[in-house]
Amino acid sequence: MPLANHDTSVPVIVDDAKCIAAKGCRVCVDVCPLDVLAIDVTGSRAYMKYDECWYCMPCEADCPTGAVTVNIPYLLR
Amino acid sequence: MSQPGTEYLDADVLVIGGGTGGPMAAIRAKEANPNLRVVLLEKANVKRSGAVSMGMDGLNNAVIPGYATPEQYVKEITIANDGIVHQPALMAYAQGSYDMIRFLDSLDVKFEKDGAGDYAVRKVHHMGTYVLPMPQGHHVKKVLYRQLRRLRIGVINRYMATRLMRAADGRISGAIGVNTRTSEFLVVRAKTVIMATGAAGRLGLPSSGYLFGTYENAANCGDGHAMAYHAGAELANLECYQINPLIKDYNGPACAYVTGPFGGYTANNKGQRFIECDYWSGQMMLEFWRELQSGNGPVFLNMTHLAPETVSEIETILHSNERPSRGRFHEGRGTNYRERMIEMHISEIGFCAGHSASGVWVNEFAETTVPGLYAAGDMASVPHNYMLGAFVNGAIAGARAASFAAEVDLAEVDADFLAAEQARVLAPTLREDGLTPHEIEYKTRRLVNDYLNPPKVTAKMRIAQERFAEIREDLSHMVARDPHELLRALEVQSILDCADMAAAASLYRTESRWGFYHFRVDHPETDNENWQCHTMLWRDQDGAIRHRKRPIAPYVVPVDASEMTAYQRLRIPAAQAAE
Ligand SMILES: Cc1cc2nc3c(=O)[nH]c(=O)nc-3n(C[C@H](O)[C@H](O)[C@H](O)COP(=O)(O)OP(=O)(O)OC[C@H]3O[C@@H](n4cnc5c(N)ncnc54)[C@H](O)[C@@H]3O)c2cc1C
Ligand code: SF4
Ligand code: SF4
Repeated sequence: MPLANHDTSVPVIVDDAKCIAAKGCRVCVDVCPLDVLAIDVTGSRAYMKYDECWYCMPCEADCPTGAVTVNIPYLLR
Repeated sequence: MSQPGTEYLDADVLVIGGGTGGPMAAIRAKEANPNLRVVLLEKANVKRSGAVSMGMDGLNNAVIPGYATPEQYVKEITIANDGIVHQPALMAYAQGSYDMIRFLDSLDVKFEKDGAGDYAVRKVHHMGTYVLPMPQGHHVKKVLYRQLRRLRIGVINRYMATRLMRAADGRISGAIGVNTRTSEFLVVRAKTVIMATGAAGRLGLPSSGYLFGTYENAANCGDGHAMAYHAGAELANLECYQINPLIKDYNGPACAYVTGPFGGYTANNKGQRFIECDYWSGQMMLEFWRELQSGNGPVFLNMTHLAPETVSEIETILHSNERPSRGRFHEGRGTNYRERMIEMHISEIGFCAGHSASGVWVNEFAETTVPGLYAAGDMASVPHNYMLGAFVNGAIAGARAASFAAEVDLAEVDADFLAAEQARVLAPTLREDGLTPHEIEYKTRRLVNDYLNPPKVTAKMRIAQERFAEIREDLSHMVARDPHELLRALEVQSILDCADMAAAASLYRTESRWGFYHFRVDHPETDNENWQCHTMLWRDQDGAIRHRKRPIAPYVVPVDASEMTAYQRLRIPAAQAAE
């Protein structure tokens, strides 16, 4: 069976201006219990790669620059 | 994906699951014998994994001298579970409870104390007083992590254990794990294994339809239950589901333990109380469900009558500890505890001894039915365990495993078993197209809701079994295009195992018990003559599910027949409720 892409909004957003992934920070990616955050191909910013979020907030609480905001997933809002 | 490599590691004690009970088990094993190689394997990152990822609002079941005795506690939990408990395990917990609180206190976990420096315990349960708030409970994981570092315990993050290994003589001999980011294998040979993989929380589908919007930390999908099952361990009373009263859609606790002591309560659409006691039990959930079905539904959490300062105090706890996104949820909806009651609903089903009673069978020493295999926390069968139970029973498991490890040698890895497991794990990566883990998971969990949710109906559960068998065949078309998808592909296999176990266990017990948790419409009565026993489920040599009854061990704390019904009288008579 061939696969289709299925787009969805993601609840967690990262403020590019504040993210210091380019300096090697990986904190949010490290702590996420569901492993749904990643660093983009340019290595300059974190982003939510999979919409599989428990809205638990370690990513936001532990980010050293306050770049992460956790929103409630749309289906629950 | 290129063929991932395999690494090997030897340990004296392997702990699987670094949430709550797992770290404590590792700490106690290492303290018992500092020469042991203690390894803690975690699917996520020990720093922020498990149910207490962001902290905890309080201890739900503290047995503190002056407020409650171990005997009282054992009696209360026996009654709340309709008598189906292994009392020696409850007693071991109750007796270890106060020492564990003091140990946590010494590690700098902060509990609420009164002016005199005594623990400020509150009453929520029907009979006794056991709730100890932790208004600054957000630092629990930090404290545990610091202790793991101090003791130099080997922590391995981002490896998901997939199967347990057994030696030729039947005892446990280690586990196989897969890296969730590279799909590399890790084979840990171990003298003993302690499992603490938490609840099977991704079994039912939340009513929001969001797969990861579960009550439990969604990483806890029943891997431990499935691994124990495949290793031949017995699981107990799985038909006694976990079902919780939660904030509708947000699916977080509402919460009896935090708001109750301040005067908040569960109400119907007229603002009236309909249950005497908000403590989470099957009987309470049955009354909750009945209210939802009646013209008085939906059900709400009411705090509108409380003083604004009191509500602010509650908000500080509820919005800063265990589920801090709750404040955002209310903000988004424009709901405020001061102005309106907050709508509540019933959670999806799961297996969780922390809140209910089912799980991998353990005795008072945290021993499963497989030699050398221990289990603790939400996945083990000690009822109403909660966080403190995960700590206490984790500690018991750690100490016992440390002595077991001193008695045995490492066993050789069974090469055929390992090869078969690697083939099973990697199968979805060998396909270019097919069915995605996401759609298989969605369908499985949707069918769980359609056919397994109480009220349970025999004919519906049989249909569930047929549909699950079809999905099992579909697994041979599942595709995973990267390590992350492979993680989900492995998880959905655990979920399907748990779904099959839930159906089989529910069909086996032909009576109703534990209020809503095992409410069988075609067997509506509680049948003490035939079913005043544990039900045990295991996998036989041919891969079929088997069942047996296990007699209840003699009570260490006697309970009168007249006391036994206390939790069945939770509903407030209509006239009284109107006052
Ligand atoms: C939202 C919420 C609120 C709660 N509130 C309270 C409260 O106020 N008071 C209270 O006393 N109790 C409360 N509880 C219950 C309490 O938190 C749990 O009973 C307790 O934390 C369970 O501990 P555990 O070690 O069994 O599981 P967890 O702490 O959840 O740990 C399980 C760990 O296993 C890991 N894991 C899973 N599968 C694998 C695998 N295949 N390989 C490797 N690792 C794996 C997971 O990532 C996780 O880290 C609450 C629970 C929840 C969900
Ligand atoms: S923790 Fe913050 S700064 Fe670090 S990578 Fe994540 S978003 Fe960027
Ligand atoms: S809220 Fe939790 S699950 Fe969601 S991205 Fe952040 S850490 Fe991960």
